[in-house]
Parts: sequence; C-alpha cells; structure tokens
Amino acid sequence: MLLWGSNAREAHPIFFHHLMTGLDNGATMYAVDPRRTSSSKFADMWLGLNLGSDVALANTVANHIINKGLVNTEFIAHSTQGYEEYKAAVAPYTLEHGEALTGLPGSAIAEMAEAYATAETAQILWTLGITEHHNAVDNVLALCNLALLTGHIGRWGSGLVPLRGQNNVQGGGDMGALPNKFPGFQNVTDPNHRAKFEAVYGVDLPAEDGIHLTLMFEAMERGEITTAYVIGENPADSEADIQHARKLLSGLDMLVVQDIFMTRTAELADVVLPASVGWAECEGTVTSSERRVQRVRAAVPPPGEARHDQDIIGELARRMGYDWGQPTSEDLWEELRSLSPLHGGMTYARLESESGLQWPCPDLGHPGSPFLHGWLWEDDLGGREPSPFSIVEHQGPKEELSEEFPYRLTTGRSLDSYNTGVQSGGYDSPIRYGDALDINPADAQRLDLVDGERVLVSSPRGSVEMPIRVQPDIPVGLTFTTFHFPELVDINLLTNDAWDKRSGTAEFKAAAIRIEKLATPAVPEPVAGA
Amino acid sequence: MTSRQQPVAASETAVTISVNGSDVSVPEGGTILDACSAAGIETPTICYAENLTPVNACRVCVVEVENSRTLVPSCSRAAEPGMVVQTDSERVRHSRKMVLEFLGSGVDLSQADQLAPWMEKYGSDPGRYGESPETMNEEVRIEDNLYIRDYDKCVLCYKCVEACGDDAQHTFAISMSGRGFGARIATEFDVALPDSACVYCGNCVAVCPTNALQFKTEFDLREMGNWREEEQEVTQTVCSYCGVGCNLELHTQDERIVKVTSPADHSVTSGHLCIKGRFGWQYVHAGADEVDVQIGR
Amino acid sequence: MPDLHLTQDRASSAEMAAVDAALATLGVTPAVVEETERLVRGGIHRKNERRHALLPALHALQTESGWISKGGTNYIAETLNVPPAEIYGVASFYEMFRVDTAPDHDENVAHVCVDSPCLEFAEAKIAELEADGTPIHRSPCLGQCERATPDHGPALFIQGRKAANSVPSDSSDLWDLPQKHEYGLKLLKNVGRIDPTSLDAYVGAGGYKALAKAFALGPDKVIEEVSAAGLMGRGGAAFPTGVKWRGVAAESGTKHIVVNADESEPGTFKDRTIMEHDPFSLIEAMTIAGFATGAQKGWIYIRGEYPLATERLQIAIDSARVAGFVGDGIARSSFNFDIEIRRGAGAYICGEETALFNSLEGFRGEPRQKPPFPTTNGLFDQPTAINNPETLLNVLPIMLEGGEVYGNLGTEGSSGHKLFCLSGHIAAPGTYEVEFGPTLRDVLELGGGVQGTLKAVLLGGAAGSFVGLDALDMPLTMEATRAAGASLGSGVVMAFNDTTDFDAVCVRIAEFFRNESCGQCVPCRIGAVRQHEVLVRTSGSKLNGELKLLQDIDLAMKDASICGLGHTASTAVLSAIDLGLIG
Repeated sequence: MLLWGSNAREAHPIFFHHLMTGLDNGATMYAVDPRRTSSSKFADMWLGLNLGSDVALANTVANHIINKGLVNTEFIAHSTQGYEEYKAAVAPYTLEHGEALTGLPGSAIAEMAEAYATAETAQILWTLGITEHHNAVDNVLALCNLALLTGHIGRWGSGLVPLRGQNNVQGGGDMGALPNKFPGFQNVTDPNHRAKFEAVYGVDLPAEDGIHLTLMFEAMERGEITTAYVIGENPADSEADIQHARKLLSGLDMLVVQDIFMTRTAELADVVLPASVGWAECEGTVTSSERRVQRVRAAVPPPGEARHDQDIIGELARRMGYDWGQPTSEDLWEELRSLSPLHGGMTYARLESESGLQWPCPDLGHPGSPFLHGWLWEDDLGGREPSPFSIVEHQGPKEELSEEFPYRLTTGRSLDSYNTGVQSGGYDSPIRYGDALDINPADAQRLDLVDGERVLVSSPRGSVEMPIRVQPDIPVGLTFTTFHFPELVDINLLTNDAWDKRSGTAEFKAAAIRIEKLATPAVPEPVAGA
Repeated sequence: MTSRQQPVAASETAVTISVNGSDVSVPEGGTILDACSAAGIETPTICYAENLTPVNACRVCVVEVENSRTLVPSCSRAAEPGMVVQTDSERVRHSRKMVLEFLGSGVDLSQADQLAPWMEKYGSDPGRYGESPETMNEEVRIEDNLYIRDYDKCVLCYKCVEACGDDAQHTFAISMSGRGFGARIATEFDVALPDSACVYCGNCVAVCPTNALQFKTEFDLREMGNWREEEQEVTQTVCSYCGVGCNLELHTQDERIVKVTSPADHSVTSGHLCIKGRFGWQYVHAGADEVDVQIGR
Repeated sequence: MPDLHLTQDRASSAEMAAVDAALATLGVTPAVVEETERLVRGGIHRKNERRHALLPALHALQTESGWISKGGTNYIAETLNVPPAEIYGVASFYEMFRVDTAPDHDENVAHVCVDSPCLEFAEAKIAELEADGTPIHRSPCLGQCERATPDHGPALFIQGRKAANSVPSDSSDLWDLPQKHEYGLKLLKNVGRIDPTSLDAYVGAGGYKALAKAFALGPDKVIEEVSAAGLMGRGGAAFPTGVKWRGVAAESGTKHIVVNADESEPGTFKDRTIMEHDPFSLIEAMTIAGFATGAQKGWIYIRGEYPLATERLQIAIDSARVAGFVGDGIARSSFNFDIEIRRGAGAYICGEETALFNSLEGFRGEPRQKPPFPTTNGLFDQPTAINNPETLLNVLPIMLEGGEVYGNLGTEGSSGHKLFCLSGHIAAPGTYEVEFGPTLRDVLELGGGVQGTLKAVLLGGAAGSFVGLDALDMPLTMEATRAAGASLGSGVVMAFNDTTDFDAVCVRIAEFFRNESCGQCVPCRIGAVRQHEVLVRTSGSKLNGELKLLQDIDLAMKDASICGLGHTASTAVLSAIDLGLIG
C-alpha cells in the first residue's frame, strides 16, 4: 500500500481500520507525506517528501521501475498507449535527480519502487495531499502512470484509491452536481444524453458546460454572476484566500443560503432557507468513496420550520411556475434509475437488503462492482482504446518560499473535527486542541517560541494570530494547522487560491508564510536552503 | 490477459457434527456455537461478539464434547467432523449456572439485561456465598462528557480491550492489568482517560455486555430515571462526516438521538465507528434553540 | 500501537541505559529508526518482531529503579513501539514487577516464602526482617523447599535494586547431594560431582556423547528411541515425549524447543537442582531435541527467582557456544541450533505451557485455549516442542543406552528414572532419584524417614492431593497413583506430621490459587476466591453445608476453566477434607 498524501488514520478512521487489518495480515505500507502523520506511524516506511514534489517522486519511482526491468510488459503492450514517450519523459528522473527534487534518499525511493512493482497486489491511496495543489491533475496522473506501468489496476486487491472527504461528495458528482455532467456522468454537451434527460424532464437543457465553484468566484469578480444560491456549503469559511471570497459573496446582488445552521456564509445572505439534517431527518441516499450507494433515513423530525432540501427546491420551483407535486425520495430515485445506467439496478429494496450497492450496477441482476477498470484485462479491452500514459513534469508549489515568507504552511484535518466545524463543533471532544500551528522544535527554538505561545502568522494574503504547538513530527521548515475553527483562527486568510484549471481545486496544501513573535515582533531568519 | 477478479472464495466444504443427537452442518472453520445457532439452539454468551476474535474467557457458552475431559467453549472451538456435542447436559448446566452465579456474586449485573433470563433458567443463586463475598468494589468514573466507566459492572470479558486493540481501533489505550480477582481494565498506571491514548471512538462502549461502559447520554438519562429502552426506536442511516460510508444506528427516544451504534455485520464498519460518527451527532439537537431564534426555525 | 500516546514522564538516563543494555544483549534494535529527518522506518511489522524483548526490558527497568517507573515505561514504549497501557498490563501481571508508586523503591525487597513447607516458619522470619526495616514481600513457593527446616527457616529471595537478585542460601560450593554415594544414578549423575561451570569437566564425565550418538542415529531414529523408551513428561501432565517430538518433526518452517523451567509448583525444586548443578546436561539434551525435531531455536524459560540456575545455564551456553556445541554448525555438523534464556517474573501460571509462550512473547502470561496445540501452534504461533528439564535429561541415557534398554527400567506403566522432591517433616529433605517402582514408604525412607508422627503426605504439589497413612505402600508410579485417585505431578513428596495445622495449610493452598489465578476465565478467577472465602470462614470448625458449595465450585472450575490451574485448584483442599484433615 502506498498511502500518498492521505492521513486516513484521522480523516478516514474506519477506512484505516481496513488498512490496519491488511497490515496485521502481512501487508506492507509506505506513507508518502510531508508530515509524519499518525497514519505514517503505521507504515513500514515514512517518506517525508518536499511539499509539492509528488510528481517528481512518482516519475522517479517510474523511471526506477523501468530501469530495473520491473514493468508489466504484457499489460503495457495490451492495455496502454504512449509508453515509449512516457519512458523518455521520465528518463531524466534518475534517483539522484529525484533525491534532489524530493529531499528523500534515492535508495528509499528505489526500495518503495521495487516493493510496489513486485507486489502481487498493490494499491495507491490518496486524499487531498494529492489534489489540493495547483497541479492537482498532474499529481493524480503521475500516480495513474505507476498503476499502468505495473498493471496494479483493474484487479481484485490492486488499484488506485482516491478517498473522498465528505459523506456524499461522490454521490453529488454521480447525481450530476457537476458543471459538465448529467447524472451518471453523462455529458451535457452530448446531444444524445441531453435528449434523454430533456424527454424525462420536459424542458430544454443548456447545451454548454456550466462552470465550477472556483470559476464562479472569478465570474463574480467580473460581475458576470450577481446572484448565488448556496446549498449546504460554507464558502465564506472554507475557500482559500478567504478575505477575497467573502468580499465577492458580500458584493452579490442576491445571496440565498440553504443550511442547517447560521453559518458565516448564511450571515452574508439576503435569504436564509432553514434546511434539515440530511442523514438524520431525511430519507434518501448517499454514495461513499467506494461508490457504494446507501440509504439514509429520517430518525427524528426536523426542528421548527426547517424542511427537507428537496421540499425547499420543489417549493421554489412551484413559485417559479413549475409544480413538481410531492415526490418522495424514492420517486426521485426511480427517475434517476431510469436515466443513469450506472444506477439502473439499484432499487431501494436492494439497497436495503444488500447493505448498499457499488456502481456500476446496471440491472436488477447485477451484483454491483467492487472495483473499476477490469476492462483493461479483457482481450478486447471491452471495445475501448488502450489507456494512455500521461506525461507530467515536476513543478513544485505555486508560491515559492522567500525571505519575507520563509516557512511552508500546509493544512489538513484532525481526528475529532470536520471541515469548518459547523457539525463537529456541536460535541464536547476531550481530544480537541483547537487550531494551532504545528512547528518543529528546532524552528520554535530558532524563533524563540515556546509551546502554546501565540504568534502572528502572515502570508502574502493576510495575517492571523494563533498559538503554536511544538511537534517533533513536523519537519523543519514546514508548519501545519487544521481549518476546523474559523471562528478562532481564520486560517484561510492565509491559504493560496492558486488553482488547477482542470480540477478547480485551490492549493490549500502549500502557502508561504512567516511567523512572528507577538511580544517582540521581529523578522525571522530565513530557513537554510529556503 | 488474466487477472484475479474476485477474492479467494470462502470454503464451500461443510462439516457435520451431532448436536443433542441431531446432525448439524456448518461451513468448514465454523464453530460449535455456529452449529448451535444453525440448529436453533440458543447459547448464552458474554465475551463473544461476531465482530471480535473469540477470547473464550467467560466460559458461559461451554458445551460437552464427547471424549473431551473438560467442557469446551463453543464460541471458539471449531466444529470437527463427527464431533458429538451436548448443550444441555448436567455438566453443562452446572458450569453455566456457576459462571453466572460467580459473576452475580462479585459484579453488579443490574444492567446486564441479557443475562437475567439465563440466570433464571440455570438456577443461579449469587446470594449463597456468605455475607460479604469480595466484589469488584469500584467507583463510577466520569472523566469527560462522552462516556463513563462503571467497573463495578465489569465482568472482564476483554471485549473493550479487543475493540480498542487489534480487533478494530489499534489504539491500545486500555489493557487487562493485574491478575486474578484483582485484574482490572486499565490505562497505563490507571491515568484518567483524557490523559491516555484514548481517541474516544466509543467502540469499547459499543461492545460492553454489562453497561460497565456507558455513553454519557445514557448514563445521564438513567440517573434521571428517564432511560426507557423499550420505547426507543433504532434507525439505520449513514454517517454525515467523511466519505467512508459508515452505517449508523440512531437510537432515539422522545424524538432525540440518545446513542449511536453501528451494525456489527456491516462490511464497512463491522460495528466500529470513530469519534465523529459515534459522538458527532449532537449538533442535530444541541444549540437548536439558539438557531431557532436566529433563523426562525 | 504505532501512533503512541505517552504521558510527560521521562526516563532517567540510568533507566535508558539499563533498558538499552538489556536490548543490546538480545540484539534488539529500536522499532522506529529515523534514517534521516524525513525517512523513518517503523510500523506494525518491526513492532511485532520486537515484542518478545518486553520482559527482558522490564527486568532491566525493575532492577535499575526498583519499580516499573512511568518514565521508564514510556522509554520502553518508544523503543519497542509497544503501547504504554499494554506494558502496564504486562508488568502488573507479574509478582516481581512493581507498578505502584509506593515510596520504598530504593531498597532491596525480601521475598519470604509463605507456602508449605516454609509456611510454619514464615511469620517469625517476616517479623524478624520487618524489625530490621527490610521491605517484605510474602511470596508463593520459591522452589527452595529442601531448605525449609527449623534451622534455616523459610526460603528467601532478595529482589535487588541496582543490584542483581540473589538467594542468601545459594553458594558456589559443590552441592552436597544426599545420594552422592549411590551408583546407577542417571539423572543426577553429575550433580555434586563435577564443576557445573566447566565444559571440560562435563565432557570429561562423558558429556556430549549422547549428542554424538544422536547425530549418528539421525533425527528419525532419535525420536524412535525416545518413543521406544516410553518417556513421558515429568512436568506433571505425563504426555509421551516421542509423540510430541514426532508432531513437531512433521511440521515445516521455523520451529522451537522450549524448556519449561518455570518451576513454580509448591514443593518442587528438582529442576533447580539440575540447572544449578548440571546445566550442561540440559543444554545437550535440548540440542538433541532440536536435532530430532528440526528446530532451529531453543529457549529456556526459567523462573525469575532462580538467579544461580540462570547464571550457571548462561555460563554453560556461553562456553558451549565457544566450543561449537551451540550456534551454527554444531560439532562441525550442518545442524544449527541456538539457545537463549528468558527469565520469568513471578507468575505460577507461566508454568502452563501456552501461558509461558505468551509470557515469552511479551504478553500477559494468560493461557491459550487448546487446541491448537504447541506442536503446531506454539511459540510465536510456530511448531514447538516444550519439555520439562527433567524430561529432557532422560533423553541422555536413552541415547547412550538405547530406548529399549531404558524403557525396560521401572515399571510397566512408568519407565525409567524419576526425581522426587522430598520436603516437610522429613530428616533429609532434597532431590532424590529412583528407578520407578519404590513405594511412598520407600521414598520417605530414602529421605531419612519422617520426623515425628506422619499424618499426611502432599503428592504432586498444591495442584496435587493429600494422601494418608493407608497410601504408604502405594508405589510412586504414574499408574499406581492414578489408580489411587492421586497423581505424581511434578514429583512433590511433602510430609506432614501430626503437629501440622492443616487448616492453615489448606487456607494457604486456597490463597495460593486465588493469588495465582491469571484472572482470564470466570470459573477460576472467581471460583478460587469463593473457595478461599469458604475455607477462611470455616477454618477450625465444621464445614457443614459449605461442603456442597466447595464441591459445586470444584466441579465448575474443573469443567469450565481454561487451563490446569483452575482444573486442579480444589483438588488438594477436597482431598484434605476427604482425609478428615480439615472440616
């Protein structure tokens, strides 16, 4: 298992149970993460690479696998394309070069590469450590290349495992909450797909892709978007470069927020629509990381005038002149089943009796799909084109360290809290320590700081005051904090909104900062090599 | 191109044994307890749980196996072809009676609801051990707002240790400590839970058979005399936090969630949760009054 | 586990050095290694490989600090990657590790035996030591029962702080074996006759001829000879050794020979005699066992209260290794077999073979459910032959004389020679060797006869049973004792004359089991306490209705306990009632 840019021990604790079972059964784990996370302590080896050097590491691993003759030749010939170009592209990533770019010993990179290539089954698992970068898509493709090189994909026990951070972020995409897709990942721009949906919905649908959240903020900046309807999202706390985002939200002509709490975003709203808690007060489905669609059920009634999201939207539609009646969640699901082949076989009854089902599950006799991409191993590739290698190059974080901002800031989750704390703030956790800036003891000493001392942390975008937590597990030059307590520490004042044009995700994982002692503010000395 | 597309299949071979004179088949590797269940024979258990490795410590599930000098624990002994098992012999009834009686004489079983009918069935009489038999004699420990430890009710079944350890959580905040009757579940040097490695997943609480570990919500309601389990409803749903898809069982009373468990037979959780799934539900109710005022709910 | 959470307590540099030294002796490196600031090796596998070093590390810490200090615990946790709660759980299991924060950690502690036959002298000695201000620990049997005489008083063991543990009565002199003028001894032939620290003396007395014979026979033939000799285990269970070895030989992969030298059955000290005075014979015999079964590694798990035996075994292993009798390529053959000593830490239950495995592996010494049996799933879950030292010693004459010849010694059901531990009210207590056959009366005579008027004899130790005068003509063989409803057990023959306070003796036996129950299973954990409570409240009076209660407890413990401790915890007490000694 290559656990790469994921602290699943804290962010996906029950998934991590399964990894630990694997370890107990003899599996080997390499943890690739700039931080020595709690997950990495379970690993046989922790590789604390330079933040943002993931592509360099992956390409070095690839080059070493190729040089050692450990590639899966048969698989490459049958199931992939572009191997020769890829091989040439990674050739410069020698162990020496990889060592220089990643800060890891070449021998360790070689060891991990050989273990991955020679394992009977192997998985690469990642989370936001891979995707919250300005070159997020490159990072993902670099890892996909490794799977194609070794054939560790499309087989039981092998594969690429992106861990979804929220309980229904997978389901949201599956249901078409993407600017370019209808439910079931059917393309908005495909006339056949569009016609199918138009026939059922009884309206004409736009023929062009919409825009994603990051582009929406840019459109607000240009004045092209003047009204926003925000459902169950708290962008006024969660966006990178938060000051900027708040300014844009405040400048809208009309902001409607539908939420269960009076969030910071709701406070900016013209209209607040009180919603109910999806998983405890509503009927419906959610879809997990493993594409498992499962039922959520109402256990308690929503308080006061709070209503189910689907009722609120239905009521809005009615006021706009479209009466959808009073469909149940199962009625809506049946419509979805008729439109999305991936979900065609998933009735409520089956979801109930089979502990959920993993898509694709096209018909009632289909057992669901524990893994994808099995077609790569079929003789005719299931009628598809061979899977292409992608040529990607090392870039490093957008924001370089400087004399003014000599420390690297990265962010992530802690075990007992979740995102901006809207939900997790509601219980009294004995292990909660609040947002603090984790810093290496040597850096703390250099800055004349003691554990718990409050400091001023600044990036090119803003400043916050927060306490430090001296942590030997964080390497020199790197700092880390969670983002769970925006009311205490507005950490996204600091984070970088440089984003990947293909994924729309901002580089939360790498900002440049400086740390100043509050009592006697002084310019810190630059870190060696920074 | 060939590749393995499925996990290694579980054994299809069946093993047939005799239970109380009738033949019963279980899949190879199945236990005597599995065979008893298949035969519709109810067996008392305390330390056994389907999502934990059997420790066969409580000995209440013992059965008589032909040619075995002593009784054997049905929860952990694999069924072997031709085994002849008696589940209701004089010896079995005696040992089950005595195990329950021993526990009743030293441990507070007042909330071990599933044991009472068995004690009645086997005629256990915990009162026959003199005027002052030694008991656990422990105070209730309340160290935080999530769960309490009442070791007066502890039968030392190891379930919490297993759930905290390598059967699930791998945190190892607690261990069996001491020896003999002085054995207790403890953190290192018995430090308070918040000072220990405990990460408050609550998996220990979920597997406790005697309510020695209790969610604070349950404990408080019981203290108020307002815990009404018979009225509670259980609704299965999915956790609202990360994307793993853990199934939750919401136990509700008076339209409020009072505790959260997970089905032991669910492939994602095997009944185990993390602190967020186990305790992070409180926002559904907590602060509701305040929000009601603010946004007119 | 690997994401350890430690309290703020730090180890002293002396504690760290002591733990480091203990681990270095074992060749154990830290579980977590920072190769660079950003490349760390660790994880579950490195942790699991090192867990067996926990007990030695705890011994080192206890000796240095006088207790299992919190800081020291954290240091061991970090070094071996074992969670502190688990370390505490293990440490608190053992008599010799102190986890309380009492103020007297800075002095040696005198362990005074309070089991029979020391019992009658114990309180006087304790009072004497306490008057001197010596910290006291009331100890279960220390395995020095032959010393329990009015002159010597109870057995003593001194647990050192910043000093080695010691037994005041140990001496470096050659032991004065009661039978030293007898010929024909096969098990004690070297005891008291050759220097136990000299390999040359051992070889000069015919040592390592049996191993040479084994090499000549080949593994299969060795097991055949052992089977032909009808050798049965001498630790108490009397299981055929040949069957055990055959089972291990049939397995593949890494295999172990474990010597169960955790001699803790009250009244038993024969293995101590062997290990202190003829350690090379044990080393040679276990090497033959390794050769026969194809095991690569031998372990001697010796009770922590045997410092002299431990020292002499270590000398024997070290000098045998130098001479090429231990290690790779033994005696210039291709056979590799290494031997390591592990010290117990004071827990009777660790004499139970599966509890011993758990203890050696660094876990609490709780017995495992059987099956599976050690021959397939033993130490580290690998195939293991575990034998008592006396059993192994029999292998030497079997090799030298041939299995059939040796098997013809003794009786039909009990072949060969046997050691008996004579103690109590007897003229010359000690370890005695006989060819199976003599009666109880003969054996008591061998020890110079009973002092005073014999009332009862405890056969087989606390887990055995009392027999009365009507048993004096019973041959001390496996078959005859079994027929009489008793057992030889570990060879304990403890004589009690008519001055004995049997109430006190039986209350103490019940207390012994209550204290030594590991606590894992309900019948034994609570049953042993309830039995003790009954005896305490009926002491000196009639049992009346309480007899039924004792019988009910006994049956449940016999039938439903996990291991032999619970199975036998009421045998002696009920036999005393049967004989009218109490109740």
